[in-house]
Amino acid sequence: MSPALLPLLVIVPLLSAALLAVARHVEVLRRAVLLGVSAFALVFGTVLCFTSWDGVVTAHAVGLWPSGIAIPFVADMFSALMITVTALLTLLCSMFAIVSGDDRRPYFSALVLMLSAGVYGALLTGDLFNLFVFIEVMLLPSYGLIAVLGGRDRLPAGRLYVAMNLLTSTIFVAGVGLVYGTAGTVNIAELAGAAAESPAVAAAASVPLIALSVKAAVVPVHGWLTSTYPATSPALTALFSGLHTKVAVYAIYRIYAVVFDGGTAYTGLVLLVLSLTMLVGVFGAVGQESMRSILVFNMVSGIGYILLGVALFGPLGLMAGIFYLVHHMIVKASLLLSTGAVEVSYGTGRLGSVGGIARTEPLIAAAFMGSALSLAGIPPFSGFVGKVAIVKAAVDEQQIAIAVVAVVVSLFSLMSVLRIWRGVFWGRAHEDEVHAVSARRPGALLTHAPPALALPGLVLTVVTLGIGLGGQGLLVLSEQAAAGLLDVSGYIEAVIGS
Amino acid sequence: MSLALVVGVLVAGGTFLVLQRGMVRIAFGFVLLGHAANLVLLSAGGAARRGEPLLSIADLATAADPLPQAFVLTAIVIAFAITIYMLTLAGAGEGDDDTEDRR
Repeated sequence: MSPALLPLLVIVPLLSAALLAVARHVEVLRRAVLLGVSAFALVFGTVLCFTSWDGVVTAHAVGLWPSGIAIPFVADMFSALMITVTALLTLLCSMFAIVSGDDRRPYFSALVLMLSAGVYGALLTGDLFNLFVFIEVMLLPSYGLIAVLGGRDRLPAGRLYVAMNLLTSTIFVAGVGLVYGTAGTVNIAELAGAAAESPAVAAAASVPLIALSVKAAVVPVHGWLTSTYPATSPALTALFSGLHTKVAVYAIYRIYAVVFDGGTAYTGLVLLVLSLTMLVGVFGAVGQESMRSILVFNMVSGIGYILLGVALFGPLGLMAGIFYLVHHMIVKASLLLSTGAVEVSYGTGRLGSVGGIARTEPLIAAAFMGSALSLAGIPPFSGFVGKVAIVKAAVDEQQIAIAVVAVVVSLFSLMSVLRIWRGVFWGRAHEDEVHAVSARRPGALLTHAPPALALPGLVLTVVTLGIGLGGQGLLVLSEQAAAGLLDVSGYIEAVIGS
Repeated sequence: MSLALVVGVLVAGGTFLVLQRGMVRIAFGFVLLGHAANLVLLSAGGAARRGEPLLSIADLATAADPLPQAFVLTAIVIAFAITIYMLTLAGAGEGDDDTEDRR
């Protein structure tokens, strides 16, 4: 693919968002554009995966400015993989939102497209300041979405969400200033290895890393995530869980690998923090009383697993981390969409206030159970491969304690999702629920959730099963992505030479 | 030195305001923090050279570094948009703008 096509991934969603902001009352157009653009990004990402095969890096100097001045857009296997998965999630969450009625809210489609443009831009850019700009492009529509959708807690949640993100963005941009002041450039390729050589650059570059860790919801700065995500609509929680924290994780991987060259000075401290992230997340999940709170706490725990990859570094660690990242994005979105389907159809997500969903909604129950087992790491789902790879990487680096924590946390995360199973899917349907459903839609049987609502979650469950059975496929892709992070010469050559 | 002191004062004031309960105060706190970040960005280009960075007329020895100025311009626009939005959030909902009163 010609490198000059890379900016299309940002331009197309942005222009479509502008179009939909104007033509927002034409329902057919709105839905067609929303799904069409995400499908386009999915195809684009898949093509990028093919062109990035075997360490080929595609780079384009936006605006054809000379290199060093231009903002580079860079696609290697890691970013191509991320783009593909985010596009898939955006597509399925948009389908869910169309069925659940969220897309009838003013500007919903335009905001989602704008958000996805920011995500693709952040995944492609090779410039720290431009990364800040694209993260803001991603966040501003999210502020709007969180204030428009959701229950009565959405306003306090929106305030907290904006305040937290603005604070971290401010810290991030100040850190970019410090990097520029110490290294004289914010081009990631030109910064390669700079932090490993100069302590001043390392101190400066750690400021953006810390800001990104807050955005990724690493314990002890995870509180914003668990108190805002459950307050929005289910479709939005699934979308945000797939995109926001994961963009931060991607940026941490990229900056740490290229700028710090994978230095090991603080590995012990980082491993301690990540173990706490896994433990606190999963213990929080066990104690929650609604489906979405449980899943959101599990997400915090998952962030710990994902970042273990970059903390352990090395070919195996990075490969395991990237594999787990992809797996986690898919599985988490699947779980949130399945439980979201229940929530949308029955009007509540509290454990024990609905029951017998397994009998009345077999499709949703199957999708949920598959992904729940995958989250806990039970074969033949992708979670098993991901967790084995993480544990093996930890053992290879002689971090036995980390391996033990990872296994123990898996057991507790199984327990937390089984609580959802017992509290919502198992048991008998509540009499008053039956009445409530038939009162809302007279003549409807208890089924109640249209199959189209169950479909997005089911598709993702099939994907996680596929990745689990054919684990080698994604492992090879992750291995190549990890190789691109370990040996950054191809990345640098593509950017500086473009 | 004076830049560093101003950044310090702005961060102190901003931190104090952000920790208040009222949403309007929080928004003002972020205005101060944003200014502090902008000054950090500006100082990254060096405060000694202050000539106009226009290639045709500038003396390169005295011209300021234009890149941090471009950074700051971008950051100001973004911060401005978010400030307006925060003030909207402060005005939305019932009663006053207290963020601890969760209903």
